[in-house]
Order: sequence, then C-alpha cells, then structure tokens
Amino acid sequence: MPICATVKETAFLDATAFPSVSAPDIEVQIAEAARFARRHLIASIYRATSGHPGGALSCADILACLFGAELNIWPSAIDDPQRDRFVLSKGHACPTLYAIGAWHGFCDKKESLNLRKLGSPFQGHPHVKDLPWVETSTGSLGQGFSVAMGMAMGLRLQKIRARVYTVLGDGEMQEGSVWETAMCSAHHKLDNFCAIIDYNKMQSDALNEDICGIAPLGDKWRAFGWEVFEIDGHDIPQILSTFHKAATTRGKPSCIIANTLKGKGVPYMEGSPAWHGSVKLSHEQAETALQALGCTADEIKEFLDV
Amino acid sequence: MSDNNSAPALIGSSGDSLREAFGKELTRIAPEFPNLVVLDADVAGGTGVHHFRKAHPDKFIQFGIAEQNMVAAASGLAATGLIPVVTGFACFLERAYEQVRLSVGYTHRNVKIVASHPGLDVGPDGGSAQAFEDLAAFRAIAGMVVISPADPIEQVLATRAILEYDGPVYMRTGRSSAVRLFNDDHVFEIGKGQIIRHGTDVTLVACGVEVARSLQAADLLAEEGIEARVVNMATIKPIDEALLKRCVLETGCLVTAEDHNIYGGLGSAVAEAVTKHRPCPIEFVGLKDCFGTSGEPDELAEYFQITAPYIAAAAKRAMERKDRLQ
Repeated sequence: MPICATVKETAFLDATAFPSVSAPDIEVQIAEAARFARRHLIASIYRATSGHPGGALSCADILACLFGAELNIWPSAIDDPQRDRFVLSKGHACPTLYAIGAWHGFCDKKESLNLRKLGSPFQGHPHVKDLPWVETSTGSLGQGFSVAMGMAMGLRLQKIRARVYTVLGDGEMQEGSVWETAMCSAHHKLDNFCAIIDYNKMQSDALNEDICGIAPLGDKWRAFGWEVFEIDGHDIPQILSTFHKAATTRGKPSCIIANTLKGKGVPYMEGSPAWHGSVKLSHEQAETALQALGCTADEIKEFLDV
Repeated sequence: MSDNNSAPALIGSSGDSLREAFGKELTRIAPEFPNLVVLDADVAGGTGVHHFRKAHPDKFIQFGIAEQNMVAAASGLAATGLIPVVTGFACFLERAYEQVRLSVGYTHRNVKIVASHPGLDVGPDGGSAQAFEDLAAFRAIAGMVVISPADPIEQVLATRAILEYDGPVYMRTGRSSAVRLFNDDHVFEIGKGQIIRHGTDVTLVACGVEVARSLQAADLLAEEGIEARVVNMATIKPIDEALLKRCVLETGCLVTAEDHNIYGGLGSAVAEAVTKHRPCPIEFVGLKDCFGTSGEPDELAEYFQITAPYIAAAAKRAMERKDRLQ
C-alpha cells in the first residue's frame, strides 16, 4: 500500500533520543499531577452539577503519564507540526484532560474549574475550536480514535516523526467503527499510533459484561494485528515503561489495555457504575471525595466555594 | 454572478459523466495542491478517482469498505495540514453522517466529501443505492458548503474551487453520461447561481442533472409563448439569495427541480430564501417523499416525474398561482 511504502523511511526515531522517563523524580511528579487531576475534576464536576467522575478518575494516571513524560508537546507550541498528538476519544472524561492540561500550563487551573458552563471553553466534551490543544472534538464514542488514526497517517505521509496517542473507554469497544479503525491502522502498519484502553470494566448502566461483553479484549486487538500490552493502569512506572515499549514497536500500532478501577481514588465511587455519570455531586459528597484525595480543609474550601 | 446572455445550446449528450470529469480534473490539478490526498472506500472505479490512483498512488489512501472510519480519519488528516478528498457513493457516505457532523462539521476541518451516484442517476442498482436525502442532510450541518454541478465543464471548475476553498464541502458528481451545457468560458463560483436562460414569466431553479431538463422545459414552455428563466443553482448552500430575490421580483414565481427528495434539498433552500425576502408561489419538482427503484436513469426520471414536461407543467401551475395573487 502507498502509505506502507514509507514505513522504513519514517520509522519513528529511536526512543533513546528522549531523556529517560523512568527516573523516580518524574514518577513522583506524575503521581502529584494525577492527584491534582483527581481533586480538580471532583471540584469541576461538583461546580458544574453534572459530569462523569467515574471514568474521569480511572484514566487520571494514564493522562498524567502521557502529559508528564511521554508526549512531546508544549503549551507555547500547540500548533507545531512536529508535536505529538493526544486525542481523548472517551471525551466524557474531559475533566481529567482539562485538569492535566491545567497542571502543565495548557489552560488556567482556576478557569478550567468552570466546567460545562455557558461561555466557558471547558465544555462537557472537548471541542477543538474552543481549546486547540485538545486536538479534535470528541464526545461521540469511536470517532476520536478514527480521527487520531487519520492524524497518524497524515504525519507519516508528511514524514513527520511524531506520535499519536489516544485514550478510549472500554464501553467504546462496542462501537463498530472502532474495529474499522483497528483494522485500518494495522493494515497501514501505523507504528506511530498508540491506543490506550481505560479498561475499568464498567459503562454507563452496568458492567461491560452485562451490557455487551467485550472480553477477551487482548485477543481481539492481537487478532486485529496490534501489538498488545496488558498492564495495571494505575501503576505509573509500568505505564511509563509500556509507553517506551510501544514507542519502539515497529511495523504495527500498539494497544495498551490499562486495567483500571472506575472511580479510582474516591472510595465510595470505586467499582460502582452509579458514578459513571452524568451525576450531580452534593457538597457533602464532593467534600468526602476531596478528603479521600488528601485535601486539607482549606483546599476543600478553595475548590468547592463557588 | 455572471449572466450568460446567449442561452446555452445542449452541446452534446455523450460527454464525460460528472464523475469522470471530476476524477480526471482532480488528477490533472493535483500537482498544484501538494497537500491533496484522496480517500477511497473500494469504489474508485465508480467515483472516477481511479485516474488519480493511477497517476498519484502515493497520495491515494485506500480505506476499504469502512466509510465511518474513512470520514473521521479525513478529519485527522486535515488536522495535520493535508486536504483530504473523501470519495464514495452518496448513499454510503450518508452512513458516515455523524462522523461528518462531529469530526468534519463541528471541527470545521478542510475536508472535501465528493459523492458519485446521487439520486435516480444511479439507475439499475435500484432504490437501496439511490440517495435522495444527501443534499438535505449535509445542508443541515452548520458551516458546510453543498454543491451539485450541472455539467462536466462546471464539475471541472467546481473541483478546483473546492480545493481552493478552506472548509468542509459536500459535492455531488454523477454516474451517467452528462449533457454538456456550458462552453469553456463558463465561470463557477461557490455561492453564486447563474441565469443561463432569460425569461420573465417564471424562473426554473435547478441543480445537477435537472439543469439540462429545465432548459428543455423552457423550450417546451416557449412553444406555448411562455418565457421561462432558467437558473443554474450549483451551490445549494450557501444559496444565492440575492439572485433569488431578483428572480422573484422579475418573474413573480418559481419552480425548483432536483434529483432529490422535494423535502430538505434545493427546493427547501430556495423556499427558505424566498420567504425571507418576498414570498411568491413555488412549485417543487423532485422525488415526492419516496424511494427509488431499478431502471435506467432516463426511464426513472420519467417514472418519478422529474423530466422536462413535468417541470414545464409545474411552471404553468406556478404561473396560475401567481395570477390568482394579482
């Protein structure tokens, strides 16, 4: 195929070109960013009086790792053609994206608490015309993944040695177009493309397996021609080392199946589809969540006082 | 708008199909657009882009039979600075409607969607393959340009125009051999309709294959002493409101003609514009809220009553209604 003909010429640069990402200090910084993201998303969803906390909490460590160590992006160069791209295909988890973006300077920490409000660029699902650094508009499951694949194709065609990452939900696997894109990515040998599945086993109404089973997920992606890594999606060193393995995989796209816990970090939400959302958090629920996330009384006041 | 003072003769009926005109022109001008890529869902031979595939294989991306993925991927390709031209059959591109809405329309990406096989022009493949709702559907997406050229010359000009325009576009081509209506000095501009035959009794507003039939209808009407104006409205969105306003003032009634459902397409766009400025009687020629069936395009056009005699009859109805108002 024409695109495949360029594989060798554009094979992604050796991972040694990047500084080591496994240094303990980076892991500490990432853990701090993830903790901030969890607090921030609870506060923004509380202030919005609606939102999806469960799946936002489950992908916080993954996004913290991506923005903290893996993605070659800077707030001062969001239109640099050479940048890596990140697409949040599970767009309903955008409070995490906004929080991590704020942590890294892509947006303002305080403004990004203004979630789902008229006039705010922080819509209920990410919109690229409001926030260019979110790369594309998502919110219809499956589409972000396909758009991200198009970015990976476009970069390869233009011989740009950047990578494209996308995070999908597990319920998203039920969208048929996901498998069109999975098939196409492998056919075109897009080894600059990495999909991470936030496998928290739950979707809006119930467990995946009770709605429309998606297991065995690893076997499905392997059968579609992807390099598959099955990891603990809350283990920061493991996430980082898997990104490294994905970046050095040649000739096929990588799929990281990140086993996660829905609601991770907020005990009363953990493992409960009730907090998939869109939910309204009471002041007491938000306070309890922030306490569980280690906030001081002053911090809670600052987060929750509107 | 450039009025063509001499009514165009029907130059020939065995010319290139619109899809061939599109495919050949895209291939010819590709070197002028280094960021151009063409996307196909295994129907290149049917859409005319087999010419492009042969000449520019490195700019041709095969997606297989997966239109949803193809359309969303086009958005991603555009996000990296490329100009993706998504090609397919009209009915199958409708399958990716939500991808067009969110990933192309909402993001306002520079994606061109070019559909062959619209309407009855599909012919014998039958009702399942004949799209009569594409103009309506894509017109309803905010910020999208919708175009349906009338002949191969105009298709060639429109092919360049959509590549030079920065934003999402839906454009019809056509399957059958197209009647050639225009000379080489024809001008096409997005958003501009053209008076291609003068008249003051009624205005026939048409797009695509119905432009030739409207010219034939004007001939039939002339035999009865009725001077029908014919407007080629190749851009359905944005519709040329100024031209429509002028036609209403000067002729007092309209007929719209399209190879499409009478709901939502050219007729609706014209009616919306006219009622905004100066309401007048309008008759709508098109598919009367029904699906198609197998047959040759010309047979089907007759069967579904979108040929010249039906346009002429609609013109007389519009004129009678105008007279009753006066």
